Amino acid sequence: MKMTGAQIICESLVREGVEVIFGFPGGAILPLCDTLPHYPQLRLILVRHEQGAAHAADGYARATGKVGVCLTTSGPGATNLVTGIANACLDSVPLVAITGQVARPFIGKDAFQEVDITGITLPITKHNYLVLDVDSLANTVKEAFHLAKTGRPGPILIDIPRDVQIDQAEFCYPNKLDLPGYEPILRGHPAQIKKAARLINEAQRPLIIAGRGVIISGAYAELKQLAEAAQVPVVTTLLGISSFPESHVLSYGMLGMHGMAYANMAVNAADLIIAIGMRFDDRATAKVSAFAPHAHIIHIDIDPAEIGKNVRVDVPIVGDVKTVLNVLNKLINSTEHINWVQQLDDWRKEHPSTIIRDSDGLLPQFVIRKIYEVTQGEAAIITGVGQNQMWAAQHYWYNKPNSLISSGGLGAMGFELPAAMGVKVGRPDDIVWCIAGDGGFQMTIQELATIVQERLAVKVAIMNNGFLGMVRQWQELFYGRRYVATPLSGPNFVKIAEAYGIPALRVKHNDEVVSAIEQAMNYQGPFIIDFMIEPEENVYPMVPPGASLAEVLEEPKREVGVWPRRSTP
Amino acid sequence: MAATKHTLVALVQDKPGVLNRMASLFRRRGFNIESIAVGRSELPHFSRMTIVINGAATLVEQVRKQLDKVIDVVKVSDITESNMVARELALIKVKATSATRSEIMQIVDIFRANIIDVASDSVTVEVTGDEEKVDSLFNLLRGFGIKEVARTGCIAMTRGSQGALSVEEKLSKAHNKKQK
Repeated sequence: MKMTGAQIICESLVREGVEVIFGFPGGAILPLCDTLPHYPQLRLILVRHEQGAAHAADGYARATGKVGVCLTTSGPGATNLVTGIANACLDSVPLVAITGQVARPFIGKDAFQEVDITGITLPITKHNYLVLDVDSLANTVKEAFHLAKTGRPGPILIDIPRDVQIDQAEFCYPNKLDLPGYEPILRGHPAQIKKAARLINEAQRPLIIAGRGVIISGAYAELKQLAEAAQVPVVTTLLGISSFPESHVLSYGMLGMHGMAYANMAVNAADLIIAIGMRFDDRATAKVSAFAPHAHIIHIDIDPAEIGKNVRVDVPIVGDVKTVLNVLNKLINSTEHINWVQQLDDWRKEHPSTIIRDSDGLLPQFVIRKIYEVTQGEAAIITGVGQNQMWAAQHYWYNKPNSLISSGGLGAMGFELPAAMGVKVGRPDDIVWCIAGDGGFQMTIQELATIVQERLAVKVAIMNNGFLGMVRQWQELFYGRRYVATPLSGPNFVKIAEAYGIPALRVKHNDEVVSAIEQAMNYQGPFIIDFMIEPEENVYPMVPPGASLAEVLEEPKREVGVWPRRSTP
Repeated sequence: MAATKHTLVALVQDKPGVLNRMASLFRRRGFNIESIAVGRSELPHFSRMTIVINGAATLVEQVRKQLDKVIDVVKVSDITESNMVARELALIKVKATSATRSEIMQIVDIFRANIIDVASDSVTVEVTGDEEKVDSLFNLLRGFGIKEVARTGCIAMTRGSQGALSVEEKLSKAHNKKQK
């Protein structure tokens, strides 16, 4: 049966199990938009800015493990996706971005709303396509979804000229793919796994560093089994948080620049690092030449190019985390490391890292802790980037698998709100809390309209300190407290919420925190709380840029709140 | 670690933008390549590239792995350590007068190179060989005055009956099957 290109795209999306598309229309994608209503199983959610579409699809994908789909027109529609695509690329999120393109005769002529989006996104996609022939459309969509979700997941962009959406072809969804250059390695090399097992069985001070690869692979049980069998303490990267229950006796929190002091000390003292599904990002390793100086390193990752990219590795294992751990766990002797675990516990007592001091002013750490208590750790937490992100990582305790969703590699402010929207769409029964800063929240604030239109019960906690807080912290510590371009004034978020039709509260005092959170939880729809936190509160512990993990700064005794807050409307 | 010269051979799908993808990767990751040469392979819809890169072994291994990740790249091998043949073609246009022409021809003869074009004030020499041979001919001719040089960059393959890339056999079998 002959179909138009637009129909072929819809048929293919349906066959790939797509249920939700985050999109924004425009001239070059109109034929596809016009066809979508004939496929009611494809729910199109209209965002207010294309960046929101990419982040929402990203949040949806992280929350569900399925491929997130976003849809925009050519030109500015496509370029507005760029931040979201880069974000998905760095955090290995399966995403398919469909962009309209000017009709084929106009390509290369600098036509209205023409950009070379395949050229622009070349270094930030796993792969991308410009479809010049309607006959190859079905095959391209099939390939795109396969590439997005298999191996190391990543974003795929399909650019489809307007006239290709109109052209007709026989529709036949392929069941085979022809990708001779693509064969992800899933099983680790048996000899390397044996070597790894021997090192683990012999180690005196072993330490697991778990990353997002554990979550992507769904290897929660396997990781737990490995840690428990050999009694190996576990620390996680930022994106590895919620791969291992943080209430577990062997859990020692997050490592890295704002990681727990004891987690960093453990890395520094370990004689064996078992790195699982993580990529030795500089925020995790700090000064890489001084990383884990006494340790052999086992690195398990599905991407061969990650092995040896940043740190020397003694035992490389290329493969899917779950598959590899299943084999590895069979070779692990049940053992204990009493002294080593005791040492870590002592460090945790000496350098607690998550103690919240008494304060008359409202502390962000306190707010996060109360959100944890009221939600009983059951919420999905979606953060912005900066101080709010680090406080959310440190002071909420994640026991539920895959419950922290954050922009790690790219560090894209403005991720929080659209991503939370995507998470709520993907996991409608979850309690979804968006932890935002007053800076980042304003980058994608327009998605409040989408949240209202789609009736998504996203709860927003704004950590409002009147600053671009993390940059201000660096200015305080490393630039002589010269606050250039970091103090922010307003707006009144409660009034903004009101304009969008969302109930909101402003909270200034400690004793109002719990009741505000409860009020938000008890309300059926979206809710915003504007927490007026201490303006100059810093994130500690901190490893200064350029320093090694051994050089952790802990919270000093200091006067806070001396900087005059800008008047808030 | 000491930087040494490495020769990588890649089999790639003949798709639009594949060269762009590879070049973009070199640029983005800060890999400096000495030369890259591309042409059709024995398989339809596949090209073969030879990439010469100067760097420490760990860097070159990272280049190889990153290239291998490009979806259109079927396989990349570092054949530096293998028994291999490597050749480069160069065209060298040399200033020539009636006084120097015969001397140039003698040098060209010694190098088993050819003169492929003669003009009143120049000759164009075609030379094939490994990089050192091309370099040394170039250096000898430099004395006469070089007007223009074009070099292809190195192309290479392993010696003997075995292909560098086991994947090729699989591919060509699959292709033969398709044709039947």
